[in-house]
Amino acid sequence: MLFDLFLTFFKIGAFTFGGGYAMLPIIQKEIVEKKGLISEEEFMDAIALAQASPGPVAVNTSVYVGYRILGFKGALSATLGAVLPSFIIILLIAAYFIQFRDNLIVEKVFSGIRPAIVALILAAVYKMWIKTKRTYLKLFVAIGTIFIIIFIGISPVWVVIAGAVISVIYHRFIIKADEG
Amino acid sequence: MSFFKIGAFSFGGGYAMLPLIEEEVIHVHSWITTSEYIDILAIAEMTPGPIAINSATFLGYKVAGVLGSTVSTLGVVLPSFIVMSMIFHFVFKFKNSPYVDWIFMGIRPVVLGLIAAAAISVGRTTFVDIPSVLIAVLLFYIVAFKKFNPILAIVVAGALGIVFY
Repeated sequence: MLFDLFLTFFKIGAFTFGGGYAMLPIIQKEIVEKKGLISEEEFMDAIALAQASPGPVAVNTSVYVGYRILGFKGALSATLGAVLPSFIIILLIAAYFIQFRDNLIVEKVFSGIRPAIVALILAAVYKMWIKTKRTYLKLFVAIGTIFIIIFIGISPVWVVIAGAVISVIYHRFIIKADEG
Repeated sequence: MSFFKIGAFSFGGGYAMLPLIEEEVIHVHSWITTSEYIDILAIAEMTPGPIAINSATFLGYKVAGVLGSTVSTLGVVLPSFIVMSMIFHFVFKFKNSPYVDWIFMGIRPVVLGLIAAAAISVGRTTFVDIPSVLIAVLLFYIVAFKKFNPILAIVVAGALGIVFY
């Protein structure tokens, strides 16, 4: 099981082109959909915490998901699995293939992969949205977040914290007041 | 140590780390030049794995060989690992508290927005021609609606890149 977790994250690490977010659709497929190790909601919680903490989102998500599945050992093997492919590939490139990025085929392959990453990340968001209890309020918050990040440029950390604080105030005072 | 510091302060993912890395390795320690740094970034983006890990491994190798890359990669990963462990224990301890529930209810839709925003900002520089839009639309369709495996999708996209460009 431990080795299985390591292998799964190794696979995830090896196919994450274009930064940490590209890892999310693959984690979703392997850990949530195929193996059912965590639920879609727990996956979202993990991403939220990973976003709001320092460090690469991909590493943070691996640590949290690993913990959730198998405790400390799980976190260790998931993180190692996620990081090792990068480490090995970069070492090989740094040592032997400095010309790698000038290769024409590599250039073409990446022209194809770059738009694909955007599509995969959006597909992951779509799948998460489909599986939540959908309300207009949630849709409003999600779209609002997009606007805040893209047009105002506030750090995601603050938006996550604001979401948490507003939700606590809403549930603690406003809903309570309605019942009372 | 430098990379531990960088790892500890880069909130919001790998890209947030890049200005910090630049400051430390070029200006504070002068381990590499700016143009070497740009080459390293290009390679870090083209290889699988988080950008921060890739550039840390590469920089570490340039500065001090295999040992250097091991140390710098550990430096980036360790703060994440420590902080996330603490967060996990904290959440686990209070998981029955309604406050934890409320906090998560509040941040789940925010997370959807954050991820979508990340995809959109990457997309603004990615969709430069018709083939790139076609590839994205096709892959979104097969992954979101046809349960196509994302790893296979990346392989398909790479092949399409060779065909189109």
